Amino acid sequence: MILKSKIIILFASLLLVLTFFFPLWYIDLEAPQYPEGIGLEIWLNKITGQKPNDLENINGLNHYIGMKEISPDAIPELKIMPFILIGMMIFGLVTGIIGKRIFVYVWIILFILLAAVGLYDFYLWEYDYGHNLNPLAAIKIPGMAYQPPLIGSKMLLNFNAISMPDISFYILVLVVGLSIISLLLDKKSEKVKVKNE
Amino acid sequence: MEGGILMNSKYLKAILIAIAVVALFVIFHYGCQESKDIVAGDEAGRVYVAPGNYDEFYLFTSGGFSGQIGVYGLPSGRLFRVIPVFSQDPEKSWGYSEESKPMFNTSYGFIPWDDSHHPELSQTDGVPDGRWIFINANNTPRVARVDLTTFKTAEIIEIPNSGGNHGSPFITQNTEYIVASTRFSVPIPNKDVPINSYKENFKGTLTFIKCANNGAMNIEFQILVPGFNYDLAHSGKGPSHGWAFFTSYNTEQANTLLEVNASQNDKDFIAAVNWKKAEEYLSQGKFKTFKSTYFRNYFDEKKHMAFSEKRSDVKVLIPEECPGLIYYLPTPKSPHGVDVDPSGEYIVAGGKLATVIPVHSFSKMLKAIENEEYETTVDGIPVLKYESVMAGEVENPGLGPLHTEFDGKGFAYTSAFISSEIVKWELGTWQVVDRIPTYYSIGHLCVPGGDSKKPWGKYVVALNKITKDRYLPTGPELTQSAQLIDISGDKMKLLLDFPTIGEPHYAQSLPAELLMKNSKRIYPIEENENPYSVKSEKDVRVERNGNTVHVYMSTIRTHFAPDNIEGIRVGDIVYFHVTNLEQDWDIPHGFAVKGANNAELLVMPGVTETLMWQPKFEGVYPFYCTDFCSALHQEMQGYIRVSPRGSGVELAWHTGK
Repeated sequence: MILKSKIIILFASLLLVLTFFFPLWYIDLEAPQYPEGIGLEIWLNKITGQKPNDLENINGLNHYIGMKEISPDAIPELKIMPFILIGMMIFGLVTGIIGKRIFVYVWIILFILLAAVGLYDFYLWEYDYGHNLNPLAAIKIPGMAYQPPLIGSKMLLNFNAISMPDISFYILVLVVGLSIISLLLDKKSEKVKVKNE
Repeated sequence: MEGGILMNSKYLKAILIAIAVVALFVIFHYGCQESKDIVAGDEAGRVYVAPGNYDEFYLFTSGGFSGQIGVYGLPSGRLFRVIPVFSQDPEKSWGYSEESKPMFNTSYGFIPWDDSHHPELSQTDGVPDGRWIFINANNTPRVARVDLTTFKTAEIIEIPNSGGNHGSPFITQNTEYIVASTRFSVPIPNKDVPINSYKENFKGTLTFIKCANNGAMNIEFQILVPGFNYDLAHSGKGPSHGWAFFTSYNTEQANTLLEVNASQNDKDFIAAVNWKKAEEYLSQGKFKTFKSTYFRNYFDEKKHMAFSEKRSDVKVLIPEECPGLIYYLPTPKSPHGVDVDPSGEYIVAGGKLATVIPVHSFSKMLKAIENEEYETTVDGIPVLKYESVMAGEVENPGLGPLHTEFDGKGFAYTSAFISSEIVKWELGTWQVVDRIPTYYSIGHLCVPGGDSKKPWGKYVVALNKITKDRYLPTGPELTQSAQLIDISGDKMKLLLDFPTIGEPHYAQSLPAELLMKNSKRIYPIEENENPYSVKSEKDVRVERNGNTVHVYMSTIRTHFAPDNIEGIRVGDIVYFHVTNLEQDWDIPHGFAVKGANNAELLVMPGVTETLMWQPKFEGVYPFYCTDFCSALHQEMQGYIRVSPRGSGVELAWHTGK
């Protein structure tokens, strides 16, 4: 691989550090009683409220419909994800140093797999929270589930739940994008080389 | 016959015309009565704040005999909150909860009421800064400080050696001091003497309360002054920073039928005090220490409880021993208000029985002091010559001028009580340029920042004493009232009448943006240091110690924990320590128990409050949340079982079993 492509891969790997500092996904809950907004942020390693106490307040509201408490400690994925990301970063750095194109392909495929599995897992959690309700809940509406959308918005009683990717997700997209660019640049330089010969 | 018909039709015409004239007159007459003032054009639009929008200014009105502060928005005149200060308020458990009771401690014991007159915003460099608002208690002399992040009373300090605290709390330009003068002179220290020995035994005091950076107040020193009535005050600013001015009346020193006997002298005095000089005398030790008990009560925002300190010593300066400390400016006639213009040069008096508004000049005063242009001396206090200190007199200012505020554009606005109007006049030329009637009998008036260096001269608010026919009648006791008047143009324009709580003596106003951004939403539960708090539902419990029972209770939507309590006996003293575990904006919970002889609790998120309850009869008593908190608010209830004295029922408590 040409030097430029290697540098791009190294740079893209280092960009992954940023995913530790920004949320991956957010869920906004819009309701008349919350003009100030209330919502969740899903990070690699934690789930937090958008503002202090939002998580506690959402849990407080959810108990009326019998939803389980969202307790970040009970979600093992949040403990695994940081290691996966560190692994991906090391993989990227090694790829950048070795400069083998096949490694870049693998890296990209791994990212796509990771995103697919991650989103599916996220969906499963949402399904679990939305359907696995306490039968003693105060508010019971036959046939009603409270699963927030994977992406997009959905009315859940008085709340409009909006679920969207956040900064870290876009960083991941950027990393994949940069990897593709590095491959294209490398291929282009190969063609030029062939021509010149 | 034809002639007759003609005649008849002429009569008919005349009758018809007469009826038409009468009808027109009636329509015109009643039509006019329906709108009493000339309010036309876009006035309605100018006070209309659309639903969900914010007012431009906060207005803080004194509650007068209600002892509280009202918080309004301008220009809408909408009431947002009544801040309990000097009077108990069962709605907010102020003065009823165990935590807030110490705020009412005085040297006379627990005082549940007072008469609050003058709100005063804290200032930095002569401009309202939005940290605190102070207010006086007239009857049992005290000054309170209200925190403007929580809109809650943070501190109350008693003023010793004072007969009545009308002339306060007027602050210096960086809130270094809050000044206070005694309305009533009394023997100091107080003692049993014949009332008619007034001239010999009665004295007044001017008090300087130091305000620390964190707001804590301390009676720094007092000045013992001749036994007049000291009415109002204002501090200097800019060039006159370092001075404070106090009006006095009853320089006749009458002790009976003051309406006649205190209205004889052509001139009374404004006392000008050089407080920087006072600080020098204090550091030189030229003070006397008077023994006089007084209390300082403050509310600890972390412990969520009030504490009382009993104090006894006061440093007192005697004018005869401290030359240069205080001067008298002769002022016609029984002056009420004393107001310093934004430049700090002009000192405007409201000579309530005078035919002019006298204006003193600070620079002329300094010159007169330098040249010792004294008329006479009263108890060691030099009386400066009126002509030497006078800057001008405003002629034809209306009857009964009381108070003056400024717009920062060179104009002054004086309230005239007797002629019931606001008079606008120009500083420097002393010419009246406009006047507008008020409904009725205006006392104070308020321009946002109108007593500061930089008024926001958009409105003046008239604070009226009498309303009579202005609103729907409510029996003999009618609403109190304020009026919003536009002063942005040359002519004053009445925009709005709005009712107020208590009697609005004075009010202060400032732009909303100065306070909004600092307004507290919740108290973090992890910072709650109340010794009776619970940090989570796991900590709730009931403890008995003899016949005292402590219930450590929590609230969160939508239940109490515990909500079933047994083992209480007749004769017990039960303390419900209720911690609101909510950490959400605008979610207080209430607590009320049947047969409570005090009040309810209204507990803000993250706060602990305590209600004392003494069950008198055996039985089962419900308790419930009073503040509609959620869809299941009506389910937020519990029971407490009371057994006979000496009963063997075990102490037990639970939730959800």
